[in-house]
Amino acid sequence: MKYGVNDHGYYGDFGGAYIPEMLYPNVEELRQQYLTIINDEGFKAEFNDLLKNYVGRPSPLYHAKRYSEKYGANIFFKREDLNHTGSHKINNAIGQILLAKRLGKKRIIAETGAGQHGVATATVCALMGIECVVYMGEIDMARQAPNVSRMKMLGATVRPASSGSKTLKDATNEALRDWIANPVDTHYIIGSVVGPYPYPDMVARFQSIISEETKKQLVEHTGKELPEYVLACVGGGSNAMGMFYHFLDDEQVKLVAIEAAGKGVDSGHSAATTFLGHEGVLHGSRTILMQTPDGQVVEPYSISAGLDYPGIGPQHAHLYKINRAQYVSVTDDEAMQAGLLCSQMEGIIPAIESSHALAQLEKMKFKSSDNVVICLSGRGDKDLDTFIKYFNY
Amino acid sequence: MNRLNQLFASKKDNLLSIYYTAGYPALNTTVAIAEALEKAGADFLEIGFPYSDPVADGPTIQHSSEQALINGMTLNQLFEELTELRKRVTIPILLMGYFNPIVQYGIERFCKKAGELGVDGVIVPDLPMYEYEELYSSYFIDNNLSNIFLVTPQTSPERIRKIDELSNSFIYLLSSSSITGGSLQLTANIEDYYKRIKGMELKNPAIIGFGISDNATFTKACQYANGAIVGSKFVKLLSEEGYMEKIPGFIKSIKQ
Ligand SMILES: Cc1ncc(COP(=O)(O)O)c(C=O)c1O
Repeated sequence: MKYGVNDHGYYGDFGGAYIPEMLYPNVEELRQQYLTIINDEGFKAEFNDLLKNYVGRPSPLYHAKRYSEKYGANIFFKREDLNHTGSHKINNAIGQILLAKRLGKKRIIAETGAGQHGVATATVCALMGIECVVYMGEIDMARQAPNVSRMKMLGATVRPASSGSKTLKDATNEALRDWIANPVDTHYIIGSVVGPYPYPDMVARFQSIISEETKKQLVEHTGKELPEYVLACVGGGSNAMGMFYHFLDDEQVKLVAIEAAGKGVDSGHSAATTFLGHEGVLHGSRTILMQTPDGQVVEPYSISAGLDYPGIGPQHAHLYKINRAQYVSVTDDEAMQAGLLCSQMEGIIPAIESSHALAQLEKMKFKSSDNVVICLSGRGDKDLDTFIKYFNY
Repeated sequence: MNRLNQLFASKKDNLLSIYYTAGYPALNTTVAIAEALEKAGADFLEIGFPYSDPVADGPTIQHSSEQALINGMTLNQLFEELTELRKRVTIPILLMGYFNPIVQYGIERFCKKAGELGVDGVIVPDLPMYEYEELYSSYFIDNNLSNIFLVTPQTSPERIRKIDELSNSFIYLLSSSSITGGSLQLTANIEDYYKRIKGMELKNPAIIGFGISDNATFTKACQYANGAIVGSKFVKLLSEEGYMEKIPGFIKSIKQ
């Protein structure tokens, strides 16, 4: 893999494991074992069986006919929204819970923004009968209330993160503090391609099933493995990394990552990390993050809780810096309109996160022969309240 | 030889270090507090520079960091305040904080500035050993700054040996794997851990931190190490009215 991680956990200038000594034994244990465990035949068989029979994979690659007509290209949706629990997050949660079991861990912690990763983690913990604690920013608990209820019903404890800005980054801080205090029996299921090495690589591998399936499905639809364009939204970047993974080395495939511009990149209320960020260290990896000149992390803003994060995974920072993928941004308004359009033209209510990727179609020019794949990372059920308020239904 | 080495050469037991957050409760108090602590009998000091996302800290130091940032504390401001340092304070001084503000300031520039101002060492919990050794150690060494590594009950003996090798003043022993502000635990396991470290006969002295808050915990810690560090308990004192006058009594209550 030309764009993969090196032995020290770096993608070019980005990555590494910038963690306090208290976390070292846990992270080191993972680093030493993750590849052996996930390449083990028994692990693969169990992982694939759960993906097939529990998650419902492969997720369809749907040829969106009315969209194709409208945008003048062959538009395909990779339907991660049809997965059990409603988003791509379950792929990673299944992978990590199986890994945690093999490491002998008795307790799981997770952070969540939109609640999708929290729900996915609570779900796999219920499935395996393992204790689950999910940290969620107080503000996110209010704006994603249905997911809080779902996690509780699944038997998880949801702990509010009331420090700092009370959103995803603070939930991540609280989860890291919990892990420091519980160094032996606990595994931290990080929900995106962020955090100290080996998390970015491990999560990318678990999500890479998205592009692995897409390649095969494209052959069925188009007779070719490779599309011209691949699009995905980026919060921390896990659905995008899963969607890009098996296309990275196919240089002719244009990769487009869509960040949340919030009220506009220059409005002071934005989460467009590559536009507003600088290189630094966040949550254990060297990456690009939004920060003050003094190195304090800046609170991002997006209408979408899942994209409301001040950094991106280190592999994205690398792909951005070397121009292997193009990073663009879409505002709240553009995303909300795109969500409505998809609902009414394709009969699919997308998550607001995924709506950001859909909105990018408006800004692109295609040839009629172009094949374009968009990762529909999640469904919009959790966002109905936000959609209803926004459109005054 | 910096001031830390001189201190450890002359005094081997019951060393007391105090941590506090620069810019808390107000700007332009850093050197005055250091001066008061030296007069009261502290042996060396750790001055924290605040960060927005202090993952290794509990509520007390989180709060002091937040307030310090609201007050306008930055590395530039801290260095400005520290120009007075060596006119008024003679005991060893360490700076403690997270890596990102240092990265933005410039790592080499940070080390140079700290060295010029008479700072003796640095504690950066999230600067990993590999990166320190491969990329940055020369900046620290060239400026006569000791980089302090942490050790927890889970740190392996091989890693402790490596840390001992890379250290040149002291090793920071965590009383347990925890964030700051907890309480000292003395289970059989923890005693074993202290004894295990003592038995390794490391070349660097060991100082115990996290959870030291009064004479009882300080005395206990000093049975196993060369000294101990009080953090959150002192930061709490700084939130009280008339804290400057209370500093001598506070140090006395710990050392007795
Ligand atoms: C549906 C959906 N898409 C995307 C994201 C963003 O995360 P990532 O960038 O890791 O895919 C989230 C996060 O909660 C989500 O729920």
